[in-house]
Amino acid sequence: MTAAMNDKQIAIDEFRAEVRGWIAQHFPASLKGKNNAFAAIEGGVPLSPDQEEWRQAMGEKGWGVPTWPAAYGGGGLCGKQAAVLQEELANAEAYNPIGGMGVMMLGPTLLEFASEEQKQRHIPPICRGEIRWCQGFSEPGAGSDLASLRARAEDCGDYFLVNGQKTWTSGGQWSDWCFALVRTDTSRKHEGISFLLIDMRSPGVEVRPIQLISGASPFCETFFTDVKVPRENLVGELNQGWAIGKRLLQHERTNLSGGGGNRVMPSVSQIAKFYVGVDEQGRLDDPDLRQRIIRHEMLARSFRLTAQRVMRDAKNGGVATASSILKNVGARITQDRAELTLEAMGMSGLGWEGDGFNEKELAATRLWLWGKAVSIYGGSTEIQNNVIAKRILGMEGE
Amino acid sequence: MAVLTEEQVMLREMASSWAVEQSPVTAFRRLRDSTEGLQRGFSKDHYRQMAEMGWAGILVPEEYGGSSFGYLGLGLVLEQVAQTLTASPLMLTAGVGVSALMLGGNTHQREQWLPAIVAGEVIVALAVDEGSRHHPERIECQASVCEGGWSLSGRKAFVLEGGIADVLLVAARTEQGVEVFWVPAVTEGVIRHDRHMADSRNCAEIELRQVVLPEEARLAELPGEQLLQRLLDCARAGAAAEMLGMATQAFAVTLDYLKTREQFDEIIARFQALQHRMANLYGEIELMRSAVEAALSAIESDDDDASLLVSLAKATACDTLNLMTREMVQLHGGIGMTDEHDAGFYLKRARVLEAAWGNASFHRDRFARLCDY
Repeated sequence: MTAAMNDKQIAIDEFRAEVRGWIAQHFPASLKGKNNAFAAIEGGVPLSPDQEEWRQAMGEKGWGVPTWPAAYGGGGLCGKQAAVLQEELANAEAYNPIGGMGVMMLGPTLLEFASEEQKQRHIPPICRGEIRWCQGFSEPGAGSDLASLRARAEDCGDYFLVNGQKTWTSGGQWSDWCFALVRTDTSRKHEGISFLLIDMRSPGVEVRPIQLISGASPFCETFFTDVKVPRENLVGELNQGWAIGKRLLQHERTNLSGGGGNRVMPSVSQIAKFYVGVDEQGRLDDPDLRQRIIRHEMLARSFRLTAQRVMRDAKNGGVATASSILKNVGARITQDRAELTLEAMGMSGLGWEGDGFNEKELAATRLWLWGKAVSIYGGSTEIQNNVIAKRILGMEGE
Repeated sequence: MAVLTEEQVMLREMASSWAVEQSPVTAFRRLRDSTEGLQRGFSKDHYRQMAEMGWAGILVPEEYGGSSFGYLGLGLVLEQVAQTLTASPLMLTAGVGVSALMLGGNTHQREQWLPAIVAGEVIVALAVDEGSRHHPERIECQASVCEGGWSLSGRKAFVLEGGIADVLLVAARTEQGVEVFWVPAVTEGVIRHDRHMADSRNCAEIELRQVVLPEEARLAELPGEQLLQRLLDCARAGAAAEMLGMATQAFAVTLDYLKTREQFDEIIARFQALQHRMANLYGEIELMRSAVEAALSAIESDDDDASLLVSLAKATACDTLNLMTREMVQLHGGIGMTDEHDAGFYLKRARVLEAAWGNASFHRDRFARLCDY
């Protein structure tokens, strides 16, 4: 080991000690082992005082978004430090309470495209987890063919007048703000789209939840009727929103692989051992299911290794084309995991509610149904394959 | 797993340009059709060049004339030269042979053999299996104590590079369990029968008829079972690195073909049915790369989960290369069926590497056992 490497290691060790001390001081013991990731997705559930305290502490420190610039309220950490933070959170059975679409998608996009005023105004509240953002992209007639969107924003000088409908607005009913793609020129398709930030409390915004096969309503239909949006909320140039939106979708795809690499959940093999049992050699007592679980767990491991490789390459300024596959592979893993869990549990994995099922069994049913969305939202598997073939493999012909 | 160092990137680029310039697939085709190819299965001239570039000594410490680059470095070279199907005993010699001496050999053995390996003068093969499928737990080859050392008797089947190896690493059963022996091929009682395989590479059945060896022939620095597992993992990860290179190249050649082939007045790459198949293959190969690199790094740093990652890498490599080579033939259509085209070379070599040192099914089972299910 060279002296320089030694110094780096010492700096990292010191940082680790600092992080460990800070977590011990600020993380409420009552929250140990209780990840509220689901609350962040489903929203609407008010935070307990301890949860609120933890959110504020992490928010003020900027560690909810550890690698964002400190100037806008982020943690300003390097990749290595951020990894240490994540490890220490896991060791303390703590979690990152700052999340949602602001963190996953909008923040990185604003950092790249927004004006200084817009960054100063919108990024710090995201870092503190104070503002909940939703996404106004899809419309009833614009799903996979997103650029055919029709929600109209009429240029009225100081403001835009927005009319139209958005759908699949995740958490729309609990959101404070919406980032939306709107049509500002009807004569052109991609070049007639702009990127707007809309206050959901503006007069003329109406939200209706959509109930899904899983029983939950994480998505909404959102209607805009003569909604006035100040011109200062236009991100980038007029009619140049498509490129910004596409970039945002890249962030979405990297993040929305459906937790395919989630280490925290018990493995399917462990669940299956409980329900299926093992033979005298310790192998799962259903050879066919065992084979399929092995394939699944191997794929999940390769997926995690790929995600790590993508992050490493990105940190080193490289272009990680592998990131384009994460959404599809992650979706496959999430869905396989749910199907295999259900199969291993038998009838116990098919309960809807009430007595006779434990919490994990009931969750398995809901996760299985909810998981079907993963290969549809954020660019369906088929659309991702189009993108890979055309953009990366250059299969458009001349 | 570390990011590639500058030296590793240079090594990879050097290997890549050497393969393209000195050892293109046409060179393999010429070799296959030559007497040398038939008798030896690799080009002596190519292997001499590889040794001159230092590749035979990639794992060898500097005190023995090597460059001490580590297993990931070797994997990078193997991947690059396998892209063009370079026939060479590099993986088994520089990977497994050197590892055997470094893990199990004594100082005297290292001094005696490592410089010769670095110079490209000694080739090593791994003789474990005794049947057509990989069963490292079913070793019947006997090693009994005799005056002055050991006497080995038994048969080893389908030993890759076995017909041309100067040294055979032989797994044999002693009263204490399985041990690994360093057996110079010229030793009396070693009889080799060539096995002409579909991939046109060297392979032999080895007969051991009361082969008398000195005491130190048993590589004794690690317990035998452990040493055997480590060497098998080296071979598996090395094979997986070669398979990664082959899959990458098979994909590139196929993609190129789809972009030039016209039917129905269109470049067929414009057809969505083909685009989605290629997108899928692209994803599988990216996953394969992650698994293979992780396995190579884990061997290099002797991680606790090295065996798990090696099984992940080999199983993934087998499945992915199997699919890729089938798709290579299918997407080329009729031309892919002809001997004139290279697709068949990839297909044939792929299946040999798939079957070697445990196929996908073997490694899936091993992965699950290591995960305790």
